[in-house]
Amino acid sequence: MASVTHMTIHELREALLAKKLSVSEAVRAYLERIERLNPHLCCFLTVTADQALKDARDYDNSRKDLTASPLAGVPIAVKDVLCTEGIRTTCGSKILENFIPPYDATVVTRLKSSGAVLLGKTNMDEFAMGSSNENSAFGPVRNPWDPDRVPGGSSGGSAAAVAADLCAAALGTDTGGSIRQPASFCGIVGLKPTYGRVSRYGLVAFASSLDQVGPMTKDVRDAALLLSVIAGHDPKDSTSVDHPAEDYTAALEAPITGLRIGMPKEYFMEGTDPEVAEATSKACRIFRDLGAELVEVSLPHTEYGVAAYYIIAPAEASSNLARYDGVKYGYRFAEARDLMTLYKESRSRGFGAEVKRRIMLGTYCLSAGYYDAYYRKASQVRTLIRRDFTEAFQKCDVLIGPVSPTPAFKIGEKTDNPLQMYLNDIFTLPASLAGLPGLSLPCGYTSAGLPIGLQILGPHLGEATVLKAAYHFEQATKTERQTPPVPETA
Amino acid sequence: MEKISREEVRHVAELARLRLDPQEESAMTRHLNMILEYMEKLNEVDTSDVPPTTHAIPLENVFRSDQVTDSLDRDRALANAPHSDGVNFIVPKVI
Repeated sequence: MASVTHMTIHELREALLAKKLSVSEAVRAYLERIERLNPHLCCFLTVTADQALKDARDYDNSRKDLTASPLAGVPIAVKDVLCTEGIRTTCGSKILENFIPPYDATVVTRLKSSGAVLLGKTNMDEFAMGSSNENSAFGPVRNPWDPDRVPGGSSGGSAAAVAADLCAAALGTDTGGSIRQPASFCGIVGLKPTYGRVSRYGLVAFASSLDQVGPMTKDVRDAALLLSVIAGHDPKDSTSVDHPAEDYTAALEAPITGLRIGMPKEYFMEGTDPEVAEATSKACRIFRDLGAELVEVSLPHTEYGVAAYYIIAPAEASSNLARYDGVKYGYRFAEARDLMTLYKESRSRGFGAEVKRRIMLGTYCLSAGYYDAYYRKASQVRTLIRRDFTEAFQKCDVLIGPVSPTPAFKIGEKTDNPLQMYLNDIFTLPASLAGLPGLSLPCGYTSAGLPIGLQILGPHLGEATVLKAAYHFEQATKTERQTPPVPETA
Repeated sequence: MEKISREEVRHVAELARLRLDPQEESAMTRHLNMILEYMEKLNEVDTSDVPPTTHAIPLENVFRSDQVTDSLDRDRALANAPHSDGVNFIVPKVI
């Protein structure tokens, strides 16, 4: 039997059902590992040890039925941007440092009703704004593969926790790549579903037309399993897609012979790190050997994705974050004598530098005289980016390319230059703008031993096909998989 | 040419209800100029007759029946308030 904390969800479920292991043993193994490694990796902001142990005992005493639900007894971590009733939810921000939500996000309700055991809340870039986790008000997460490097962002805590075996799986959120890029940097599987596939109710808003919750897991089957639990229409989210959820594990093993895999030529151009480019090309050859058909396609507006996204997302953020005013919840500058000072000081002292930058950028792009030149223009380019994908998907079933042009970079390497940080998101932003599902899975390692992620994109609601392609690739490359050299004692 | 002046940065901060200290203000001006300069790239694209996208998935108006359902009770709604008297949110005197 593999070490408990290293198991996938499906392996752990098998062990629990076969009584090789009790839920309490599993939970204790994770808590012990968190206690040992979290001070070093900084993945968790809150650990819900008491409740987790209580839930575990309920299973072991048969007060709860282990056989009844798909995630029964499985310890899972949740990004700290998803509301958890009675459990502090900070969004990685000082302004919500003491915020205790009065309700659960729909995805959390779904996790609970499918039997998952919540281990805690994971670290993230403040309000999910960032690609490195360096924007957390509570300190950066470290990459388990190399502690001097970032885990990616904004779901860096979830990604690093899964990679370092601090949980069986985690939920992340993705607005412009925040599930896929950290999954790639940490060598795990991360799936951003189609916009609207998963409810956003109780997900603290960053950019409402882009935000989406998704699974971050140790393998593709787990991603399919977890997506099956969280996906589905929710009347509490008016943008959730009214389309029946599927059992995404059902079609994983169906053959991919003849599957048409598109290679967007803009994703295979100069400028990508040579080792990343090589691993991506190798992945294409593996797919061909598996019987898939490779098709060259073009997404001509790819190079405008960064500019369009970094207008649209900050514009939406500037509006969404207007609610932090020091009145209803969150940090308040108590010494303010008038309302304007209360607003300004509470916000200025509560928000970090990147959040302020995006609020400023968004406010500017929406302000009188600049709206047409920036926000409207970006929204029109967004249409062209969507059309690129619509056309490409007439020639292929899924698209593949790199997740990020580089592997994980060093902590501090890009903090002085926000534009350079934004440009790193070039391959994840277009699918976000088009609302498409995208998955990242490991496809190789650099000579320095850092994981490289492969991105697979599908058409709207095409998660099953994306997962199937990923599953076959994973099976074919299984023997090459490595685990991060996390020190057993840090 | 400068895309946004320090003066304008101050104005936008006012609109966004942020106070920037002089050091933040100069970094913000520098960074926003760098970013807005890059955004010029969008002008290479001809968007005449292209409708804007505000939502990636086509969606009609979503209605629900006009029925009263449970809502958050007052105590729980006020529980996170930095300052309340148990009935109201308290703010500094406005008028």
